[in-house]
Amino acid sequence: MRREIPLAITAITGFLIIIGFFIPHDPIGGIQTTFLQWYAIIAGFTMVIGLISLARGHIRKITKRVSGFGYSIVLVVAMLGTLGVGFYSGFRYRGLFELGTPFMWYYNNIFVPLSATMFSLLAFFIASAAYRAFRARTFEATLLLIAGALVMIGRVPIGNMMWDKFPLIAEWIMEIPQMAAKRGILIGIALGMVVTSLRIILGIERTYLR
Amino acid sequence: MLKKLANIDRKYIYIIIALCIIIPFLTGKVLPIRVSTPVQRAYDSMENLPECSRVLFSIDYDPASQPELQPMLLALLRHAFNRNLQVIMMCQWPLGFPLGQDALFGVAKEYNKKYGVDYVNIGYRPGVSAVMLGIGREIRDFFASDYAGTPLDSLEMMQTVHNYGDIALLIGLEAGATGDFWVRLAGAQFGQKIVLGGTAVCAPDMYPYLQAGQIEGIIGGLKGAAEYEKLVEHPGGGIVGMTAQSVGHIAIIIFIILGNIGYFAIRRKGK
Repeated sequence: MRREIPLAITAITGFLIIIGFFIPHDPIGGIQTTFLQWYAIIAGFTMVIGLISLARGHIRKITKRVSGFGYSIVLVVAMLGTLGVGFYSGFRYRGLFELGTPFMWYYNNIFVPLSATMFSLLAFFIASAAYRAFRARTFEATLLLIAGALVMIGRVPIGNMMWDKFPLIAEWIMEIPQMAAKRGILIGIALGMVVTSLRIILGIERTYLR
Repeated sequence: MLKKLANIDRKYIYIIIALCIIIPFLTGKVLPIRVSTPVQRAYDSMENLPECSRVLFSIDYDPASQPELQPMLLALLRHAFNRNLQVIMMCQWPLGFPLGQDALFGVAKEYNKKYGVDYVNIGYRPGVSAVMLGIGREIRDFFASDYAGTPLDSLEMMQTVHNYGDIALLIGLEAGATGDFWVRLAGAQFGQKIVLGGTAVCAPDMYPYLQAGQIEGIIGGLKGAAEYEKLVEHPGGGIVGMTAQSVGHIAIIIFIILGNIGYFAIRRKGK
């Protein structure tokens, strides 16, 4: 029964959601909405579980003085600091996200610059990786190299200033060959999703029960 | 000598790229922007809406993508308020919520718009696809109140909003795959008109939807933001950033050419 009941729940909910796609009216539509609300509530709780799991893992590292535990101290302090500022703002002001609350200050002046900095490092890695990887070793690599360079030059204003056809070439690459490749990948992903979903709903794929 | 070009130390690449990005920002020089077809289509889809139509903005990014997507959001909001459209904002990425809030309230103030009458922020609900499907039936099933806990029915402009049928245009600003879900669920199932804006990395994924007529337009990366700023005649972070991006791209192309010169020099010597 420990396997059959979860399999039955999966099959029933899966089929009801699919039927709801074609028959959105009650009672199917109402049942579908209830299931979706449950899903949203469970999704909310997964965040809490993630937070607790992250905190526990790092607190364990600190107490056991594992190598690099200093980073864990930074994480735990930052986490508690964010929670503290959040609770304070929530109680002291009309809402946590009202403009001018300490939480919004903390978010705009600490979290945003840190996140943007981490992401902006990508520019340096991409430059270095492009320099090393874009070598005309084979015909295919040369094709990729030329297409990449044309898109890079065509998608910035300086390319238009150099030759007004560069943006048109870049647009053509994006709208025809690039799009065709993406469409192929999308169709493959969609078919894979349909097959995997059916396998789960029909109880063939059971790895999630482990 | 030429062989050395194949192995330039990465620290020199980093230094040159940093200079190529920082110096244009310091000079403040702006380059002329050419508007591409996908961005023009996105602009037209909002421009052609009747006054007081409702536009749903979905903030599906976080601060990591803020430099690219925030100028886009600001330009779109300016366009919406300038056209006297009613703005509903929601968020699928919880960490992006304050970014949307900042932009919405900031731009609304510029245009003297009133909360609850001209714009509303209904906040974040977990569930992504569940929320998208739920809005198709009744928005109150998932958003009973706005971000501050005010019931939707007590907000004037929300009293007649129930599902996608009451929303003229959905604008998703994407740093991930959430846009795909908007197209598959809100677009395919409920016929919602959609415009997608995305980071330069995400934008290529959106072209099949545009070609198939599943979305109205694409605003891709900082370039798309700059083009939209040009269309709304309000230069901002997009247009300013394009100069730095131009010089950065040219620097990368030069590095690629140098790398290939070095590579062929080594290959010729090997033969």
